[in-house]
Amino acid sequence: MTDTRDAEPEAEPSQEESHHHPSTSDYWQIAAILAVLTAIEIGLYYAGQAGLAESVTIPSLIALTILKFVLVLLWFMHLRFDNPVLNRLFIIGLVFAGVLYGVVSLITLT
Amino acid sequence: MATETAHAPQTNFNVSNEKMGMWAFLGSELLFFGAFITVYLIYVPRTADGPGPEVFDIPFTSVSTFILLMSSLAMVLALAGIQDRDLRRFRTWTLATALMGLVFLGGQLYEFTVFVQQDGLGLTTSAFSTAFYVLTSFHKVHVAIGVLMLGTLWFMSFTGRIRADGHGTNAVENVGLYWHFVDIIWIVIFTIVYLIPVDLAT
Repeated sequence: MTDTRDAEPEAEPSQEESHHHPSTSDYWQIAAILAVLTAIEIGLYYAGQAGLAESVTIPSLIALTILKFVLVLLWFMHLRFDNPVLNRLFIIGLVFAGVLYGVVSLITLT
Repeated sequence: MATETAHAPQTNFNVSNEKMGMWAFLGSELLFFGAFITVYLIYVPRTADGPGPEVFDIPFTSVSTFILLMSSLAMVLALAGIQDRDLRRFRTWTLATALMGLVFLGGQLYEFTVFVQQDGLGLTTSAFSTAFYVLTSFHKVHVAIGVLMLGTLWFMSFTGRIRADGHGTNAVENVGLYWHFVDIIWIVIFTIVYLIPVDLAT
């Protein structure tokens, strides 16, 4: 049986190596995507006002918001290219904020 | 080339202390805003027969949102400018970011004025209005602090604290992280407060 795990473990990238930043044209493309997503969000709002069901508009708006949030985080804040420990620091805050929302919502419901 | 980045104190994770500190701060800020957003979601229906989310001017706020979103682009271009050792590009985009931040703040203050004077939505009108003003005002304070930091960076580029040889890049990167954070918080606020005016907590 071939052992596929015999490769050398990946070395921790140095700070210089981890600084592979996107080009300025990448930034413009991300900004264009963000602008389009925002336009779709506003369109969904007006579609909701015109009678489109909330079961469609609300999940779509939340999904688009999460997408925009992640795009800025990964590309503009360079989390995609930086040390994973920074990612974890942010996710810890995000999880705690989610837990806070869940707990308070539960208390409100009961 | 000896740059500030090369000499920045490093943590065991191969990240500068300042950058690690900034990310830890931003993580804690998520809890801060998470609490305010949660409170807002709970109090949306409690308008005490006063004005509710129907007073929001979506076209106006959409333009403000677009400006803040584009300020994030300007910020990242300013950082790219200093990383490319192009001080002039850094100054231009830093100034553009700060100006867009000011336009956003002006728009939001105008919106508040309309709410209070024309719609009768004061800070203590209802639980909804208090939760709305507290959440959005704290965001505005963050934007204002960001504008001050951007102005400081811009002036530092004239006093030699930020130079074309890369000195000061860490400071620009950390202020940039803060600015993008302010932007992503508004992305969430815009959807939850303005586009989904319902009580998601129940």
